[in-house]
Amino acid sequence: MTAMLAKTQVCPLHRRMYAKLALLAAGLALLAAAPMFLYPVFLMKLLCFGLFAAALNLVLGYGGMVAFGHATFFGGAAYVTAHAIKEWGFGAGSGLMIGVAFALVAGFLMGIIAIRRQGFYFAMTTLALSQMAYFAFFQAPFTNAEDGIQRVPRPNFLGFVPLADNLALYYFVVAVFLIGMAVIWRVIHSPFGASMTAIRENEMRTLSLGYRVNRYKLTVFVISAGLSGLAGSLKVLVFQIATLTDVAWQMSGEVILMTLLGGVGTFLGPVIGAALVLTIQNYMASTSVPVTIFIGAAFIICVMLFRKGIVGEIDAFMRREWAADSIRKKVELQ
Amino acid sequence: MIFGVPLVALASQLVLGLFNGAFYALLSLGLGVIFGLLRVVNFTHGAFYTVGAFTAFLLTNQAGLSFWASLLIAPLIVAVLAAVLERSLLRKLYGLDALYGLLLTFGIALLIEGMLQMFFGVAGQPYQVPAVLSGTSNLGFMFLPHYRAFAIGISLLLCLLTWLIIEYTSLGAKLRAATENSSLLEVFGVNVPLLLTCTYAFGGALAGFAGVVAAPVFQVSPLMGSNLIIVVFAVVIIGGLGSITGAIVSGLMLGVLEALAKVYWPPSANLVPFLIMAVVLFLRPRGLFGKGE
Repeated sequence: MTAMLAKTQVCPLHRRMYAKLALLAAGLALLAAAPMFLYPVFLMKLLCFGLFAAALNLVLGYGGMVAFGHATFFGGAAYVTAHAIKEWGFGAGSGLMIGVAFALVAGFLMGIIAIRRQGFYFAMTTLALSQMAYFAFFQAPFTNAEDGIQRVPRPNFLGFVPLADNLALYYFVVAVFLIGMAVIWRVIHSPFGASMTAIRENEMRTLSLGYRVNRYKLTVFVISAGLSGLAGSLKVLVFQIATLTDVAWQMSGEVILMTLLGGVGTFLGPVIGAALVLTIQNYMASTSVPVTIFIGAAFIICVMLFRKGIVGEIDAFMRREWAADSIRKKVELQ
Repeated sequence: MIFGVPLVALASQLVLGLFNGAFYALLSLGLGVIFGLLRVVNFTHGAFYTVGAFTAFLLTNQAGLSFWASLLIAPLIVAVLAAVLERSLLRKLYGLDALYGLLLTFGIALLIEGMLQMFFGVAGQPYQVPAVLSGTSNLGFMFLPHYRAFAIGISLLLCLLTWLIIEYTSLGAKLRAATENSSLLEVFGVNVPLLLTCTYAFGGALAGFAGVVAAPVFQVSPLMGSNLIIVVFAVVIIGGLGSITGAIVSGLMLGVLEALAKVYWPPSANLVPFLIMAVVLFLRPRGLFGKGE
């Protein structure tokens, strides 16, 4: 009897793994084939914001901290990369790296102040600090204030990958996106990620178990900032500009919406949320209705009606199905 | 001349600083009262301020009412709007993680801002200073615009009134009791849900009032609230949420410091509130007047 039970319990796990592998294969095939059907620049924008939202999700979903200042890392890294490539003649790879380096440092500085408070205070502190960064960028001479850094060249990657070509750039962006997502996957499924989940669920208890909670929180915040920076730097290669829009607080709000809509604390949710938000934004750009109306309404609907987000709801549904399935099997066996 | 700045320039900047500080105080006071009772960080507060200014603008320019009538009616309209929002949306989130309240009010703020943008455009609309208050007085060392003096006076008066109500009336006692333990208060037969609605409406009315007072000086624009609310958040962190004195003192202090920064090193003026916030968080994470969490 116990052997049978064990068997029925393992079965759904295997099925889940197969389902995940199938999903991964389908996703890769979709990414490879997508530029044949859709405009590559839009796809690249989608991947950049997908990575950005997934990076925020590390803090929001797995750390349980509402960070309202991630635009600083996204837009700040974009400025640094744009300046490095345009004025200092950096290559694509080194340009991305210096953007990420900036975001890591900025994340450390913001994190070390913000993690001193929890909950709303954390949200308000990150928001206020990112607003400070906004004014700093606005006044810094190299960002050209309202004009932004324009006409950033697209240098060849490693000297031979011609990123000036949209299709070549697309596959480069896909590769960087996948590396970023792999890092996130690794962080979530590591002992570190498990400790983060413990902190999210009960900070006091984790603290009393001897974990240095603040170090964990700071680390996850810095990783998230670095990946947000990677997304922002990547966006510079795609659009060849870095502007104030990317460091403004509205951007921090937008990326929270993407994560919330797709599913906070789910691996793929933020990417799907980003795709949804960008598609609707794209559609709304041709109407006279301001985008803020859509973003605001989406926030309200999401918070009131489906707090788990799209992927979260699907996930919960599948779990219920699998549980019901295994119970049915158990009953049949008896 | 004081540190190389003419006294006249310094004094008029200080008045402007007190003027801004009075708004910070009014807004952070409302935020604090709402937070204390509802445990919601009200992102919509900036939008209430904007709605107050727009309502006054419409009441005066379309309905032909005087500034004084608008000053009374506009906050009431904002209060009704706030009460409706609390009853229909915010109420349903009370049992949940408080951060959903923050995200909901953020969404409402964006929605309101977007609608105002759609109807009025992004450009600012002018609003006349009432004739009685349009002059300036020569104080010998500076020219004091009457309207600014009035705005500072009436804002501080309102702060003081709020403080008196909360500290010395039975309604205020109920409010404080509800902040401590709302379910116990409910057992005593107090209608706590109604109290929550009224508190939210009252906080909204304070913000709406600030919006009306601000309308003649700053231009009436859909974005006026969202730019202000982030500074107010910094004020709230500096003062410590839930402390009335903290809200008033740190609001005024920040306004004045901002003004001084504008005189001595203009590029830093926008950064000052946030720099002070960072320093306070380091030295005293609870805020200058905050009690424990």
